[in-house]
Amino acid sequence: MSIQSQAVAVANPISALADMLAHPFIVHALVAGTAIAIVSGLVGYFVVLRGQVFAGDALGHVAYTGAFAALAVGLDLRIGMFAATVGAGLVLGLLGGRSIADDVTIGTVFSWVLGLGVFFLAYYTTHDSTSNGTANVNVLFGSMFGISTSAMWAAVAVAVVLVVAMLTIARPLLFASIDSAVAAAAGVPVRALGALFLALVGATAAEASQIVGALLLFGLMAAPAAAARRLTPDPWRALWLAALLATGSVWTGVVISYAAPTLPVSFAIMTVAAALYAGSFLRRASTTADNVAVRAGVM
Amino acid sequence: MGSGLSWDLTYDFQLMFSYPFMVNAFRAGTIVAVIAATIGWFMVLRRQSFAGHTLAVVGFPGAAAATWLGVATGYGYFGFCVAGALVIAALPQHTARTASAEQSAVIGTVQAFALACGYLFVSLYKGFLSGMTNLLFGTIVGVTDTQVLVLLLSAVPCLAVLIAIGRPLLFASVDPDLARARGVPVRAVGALFLVLLGVAAAGTSQVTGSLLVFALLVAPAATAHKLTTRPSVGIAASIAFALLATWIGETLAFFTVYPIGFWVTTVSFAGYLAASMWRVFADRAGRSPAVSAPAAAPAEARS
Repeated sequence: MSIQSQAVAVANPISALADMLAHPFIVHALVAGTAIAIVSGLVGYFVVLRGQVFAGDALGHVAYTGAFAALAVGLDLRIGMFAATVGAGLVLGLLGGRSIADDVTIGTVFSWVLGLGVFFLAYYTTHDSTSNGTANVNVLFGSMFGISTSAMWAAVAVAVVLVVAMLTIARPLLFASIDSAVAAAAGVPVRALGALFLALVGATAAEASQIVGALLLFGLMAAPAAAARRLTPDPWRALWLAALLATGSVWTGVVISYAAPTLPVSFAIMTVAAALYAGSFLRRASTTADNVAVRAGVM
Repeated sequence: MGSGLSWDLTYDFQLMFSYPFMVNAFRAGTIVAVIAATIGWFMVLRRQSFAGHTLAVVGFPGAAAATWLGVATGYGYFGFCVAGALVIAALPQHTARTASAEQSAVIGTVQAFALACGYLFVSLYKGFLSGMTNLLFGTIVGVTDTQVLVLLLSAVPCLAVLIAIGRPLLFASVDPDLARARGVPVRAVGALFLVLLGVAAAGTSQVTGSLLVFALLVAPAATAHKLTTRPSVGIAASIAFALLATWIGETLAFFTVYPIGFWVTTVSFAGYLAASMWRVFADRAGRSPAVSAPAAAPAEARS
């Protein structure tokens, strides 16, 4: 391609990009989305490493119920979401230490939790005349283009706290995730760490459901992290790569959805994340559990 | 509906069944309860409940696409669920014991992507927001005569196939290695069962919605597994629990403003909770020391 034609091709996208960034709702979506994506990627890496993707799924259900419980009693739905998911994460973590509940119990309990969410939805829509019909869709599938300035700053502040917390426990958690018996022998509080981590997953679920919704958030946690694990065997590099891929998915998703408004933004984000993960299969898996253990031990 | 109970039960039931949509809801609910409870019993035994959940979630984009294209949602449910079952069956064989972090990440991503696709189809079909709640969480209104007929036509061959493969399936589920040694085509039986599971998940989705299939597919079967180890009694108990949950759920949904998804999950969860407590007390009293929990049978075979 000659330089001139390249320049022409680039000039249009740049002005288009400037147009796009002139919309405050896009800026809000990108700033909040970046913060949330970094948290989702970091936390998601450990979720995948520890094989707790279904806990993420379950906490998404809890987020839905928490949101509508809060709306039903007239609170901000974020309060209900964070309270419910952090609480459920702690309970899951403390129970999981003793006996790992089987999938039947988890599935039955969380389908009832979701059923309870439907109850609160019905209560909210029948008792609150000011309620709008879109609340259900927003909680399930996110409302990324409806983030206000204050909600954006709240999301960024929560994300900073979560990233700091995650990085603080990252090293012992990695140790405990790879070999919990040895970690426990070395004095790592494995059980407390597991519960604390699930509480963090809960807070991340509540945070992420603001942009991709309660139903899709575990996809945003799992897909970039799983792709990162396939791309590099080094756990620390994979951790940051997961955050990078999640951020890339969110940015690309926002641009796609802006360019093609018929595509909902959470669908676009999820598609990019799933495509990244599918693409990572093209590369032969170099990440085995042994490999991770060796690299972690070396450091 | 919120008609309110008059507490004259004869009158209440006459009132409820004077609505053709309630008659259809009960017909559909009964068919679905029988098929979901029977196949669910084997699913719990085989520890494939997340496969059932995944298949049901895959039904949501199917139903949404069908609505968008203007065909009956039943085609979408059955088409996507059975196709999903074939895909899972074609994947390299892995059971719960070899499930790795990678596999749960794959399942999680596929589920989230399926739901995202469903959301896309819903937003392509404009003005369908309340319809989406019904697809996800179930509804008792709007079950047509044709839908009941389609459910029946899918349930009868499904049950016939299950009866035909019942004995080898049971054998292959409890001890796959021994079954293989005795010449049971374990892989083929497992694949066939997944297709049946797809049909059951599709049918159940139409009553409880895509997100709450666990209520009919898993909870009654898990309750039965808590109470008895014998397959024939267990399947009969599972069917009884599913029918109770469906009928009570539909009746309560008719007389209150709260949707069927909430009532069916609550009734079946209450039954599961009661059975779990009974199991704990029974074990403590030492009345059934021989076999602990039937769901643990595959676990024993594993070790």
